[in-house]
Amino acid sequence: MFLIALKMLLGDRSKYWMLVGGLAFSSLLMTQQYFVFQGLLSWTTSHMRNMRASIWVVESRVDQVNETKAMRDTDVNRVRSVDGVDFAVPLFQGVLKARTADGADKMIQMIGLHSGTLYGRPPRMIEGDITQIRLPNSVIIDTLAAETNRLGAGLGRPLRIGDTFEINDREARVVGICQTERHFFGYPYVFSTYDQALQYAPRQRKMLSMILAEPKPGSDVAEVARRIAAETGLRAYTVPQLEKSTLRWVWTNTGIPISFLTTIILGFVVGVAVSGQTFYSFVLENLRNLGALKAMGAGNGLLAGMLLLQSVTVGLIGFGIGIGLTALFGLTVAKGGQPPFKMEALFLFQALAAVILICALAALFGIRRVAKLEPAIVFRG
Amino acid sequence: MEAAAISARAVVKSFGVGDARTLALKGADFRAVEGELHLIVGPSGCGKTTLLSVLAGTLECDQGEVSVLGTRITALSNAEVTRFRRGHIGFIFQQFNLIPTLSLLENVSVPLLLQGAGRREAEAKAAERLAQVGLSGRERQRPSQLSGGQQQRVAIARALVHEPRLVICDEPTSALDSVTGHQIMDLLSGAARAPGRCVLIVTHDPRIYGYADRISEMEDGRVTAVHSGESLSSFIHAATRS
Repeated sequence: MFLIALKMLLGDRSKYWMLVGGLAFSSLLMTQQYFVFQGLLSWTTSHMRNMRASIWVVESRVDQVNETKAMRDTDVNRVRSVDGVDFAVPLFQGVLKARTADGADKMIQMIGLHSGTLYGRPPRMIEGDITQIRLPNSVIIDTLAAETNRLGAGLGRPLRIGDTFEINDREARVVGICQTERHFFGYPYVFSTYDQALQYAPRQRKMLSMILAEPKPGSDVAEVARRIAAETGLRAYTVPQLEKSTLRWVWTNTGIPISFLTTIILGFVVGVAVSGQTFYSFVLENLRNLGALKAMGAGNGLLAGMLLLQSVTVGLIGFGIGIGLTALFGLTVAKGGQPPFKMEALFLFQALAAVILICALAALFGIRRVAKLEPAIVFRG
Repeated sequence: MEAAAISARAVVKSFGVGDARTLALKGADFRAVEGELHLIVGPSGCGKTTLLSVLAGTLECDQGEVSVLGTRITALSNAEVTRFRRGHIGFIFQQFNLIPTLSLLENVSVPLLLQGAGRREAEAKAAERLAQVGLSGRERQRPSQLSGGQQQRVAIARALVHEPRLVICDEPTSALDSVTGHQIMDLLSGAARAPGRCVLIVTHDPRIYGYADRISEMEDGRVTAVHSGESLSSFIHAATRS
């Protein structure tokens, strides 16, 4: 009888495609929006993957990695003196204005690394040598910065090693190009030494943005971070702690999660509304046939099973199409680098569960109608 | 005495509540025996279809007792009545009620599939039944490709495919022309002759009265007369003349 149920469904082409289309759209909306949201969230913590320090020490009121409240340079030594700290280095991070060859201003994410260790260096050099940033007025830029429409503007081509541009009226010569993970603000990364970064940045009384620290081998990272915080009065985060704190900050201080969540919920609601209505009208149109089956001895359980099978079948097909479109979107944007997109297997299962829930709800209306249906309906003209 | 296929006593059925309550059956008694083609006739609104629904176990009555093929269906639960219908009753509806998206073969297989038969077995038996009603070679066609008479033949094949002992028909000829109506009645009349089987038809088509072994006449929610033998001939004569 279940094969009969599927044939009844597939035979009504218009309803079938409307159901599949509605569920595909709903799946696409839910998954695409969630994966873009996840991608965006991953951008908020990209600093941590680009600089890869074990302990991040910041001013006591800083809640997230993209926020800076300057500290005194002497704080680096205070951190170094904490038991269990192997080494600690200063880091400058700030959004500065760069001027391209055609005189246009572009915002950049300036990172100043400790010149002795270059700790926090970019994860992958594409061209050039990282140690070259120790030379005067030298910077390493990421691939995004090199693009023609970024710092390459005015040259009509991407920026190359040897090219120059200005940061706050000071010359910056490109000595290398690196690969980084894109930042939440969308600004390209420019790396220099800490001392040179201070020259590029507008002068302030305190300039130290962060201290990157590494625990001694065999020490517990969390314990060392806790000790730094206790002894210096600064805030010291391990990587998971800073990631969690940054994400919590995004959730509580920006409208981004709500906007995405609203769209994801809308996707679910659209799915319920479209498929629920279409499936119910499919059941109503088949009511006489279902009544005839009931008269011939089909029980409520069997009919409910048939309706559920029909509903879940269109759900799975629609979900497959929706996920396929989402993956296609992901592959397309992966080439361009934006919007951010990060697929997660767990959410695929959650979205599948949501689609099955939509189908179950859609079928439920029909099942209720059929359960109340008197088989004698077929004897009425 | 002939074995009773159906017996109903003092059946009452009403629809609606309060002022809108309508009494469709007002204590109807009914009896049909095995091996006969039994017609229930009467004017529109007299309760024929309601009685047929109650006798078929597709509608619960408010009061009274109904026994079908020796089983008191009024004492059974809904699920038990459903199982009973599945095993013992074949249905033919006025509007045929064939599922339009299924082939003729699949439509006819449905009662067997409901009984739990395998697809191959069901389709083999369905093909035999379709051949018996003269539709051999058209198994893969859809109902919409057939005329009304042909569709009713498919419905007859579906009603008989699981060899039920009781066949319930609701106005089987009212949507058909005279010649086709007679072809359909020939088939039903043949089916009624099978041992232990009873064919019960509700109709107000006097053209088919001649096929009946017995006719129960209804009026105002009750069976007012039962005609068989000589009284049947005079009833048919009178009905056809008027």
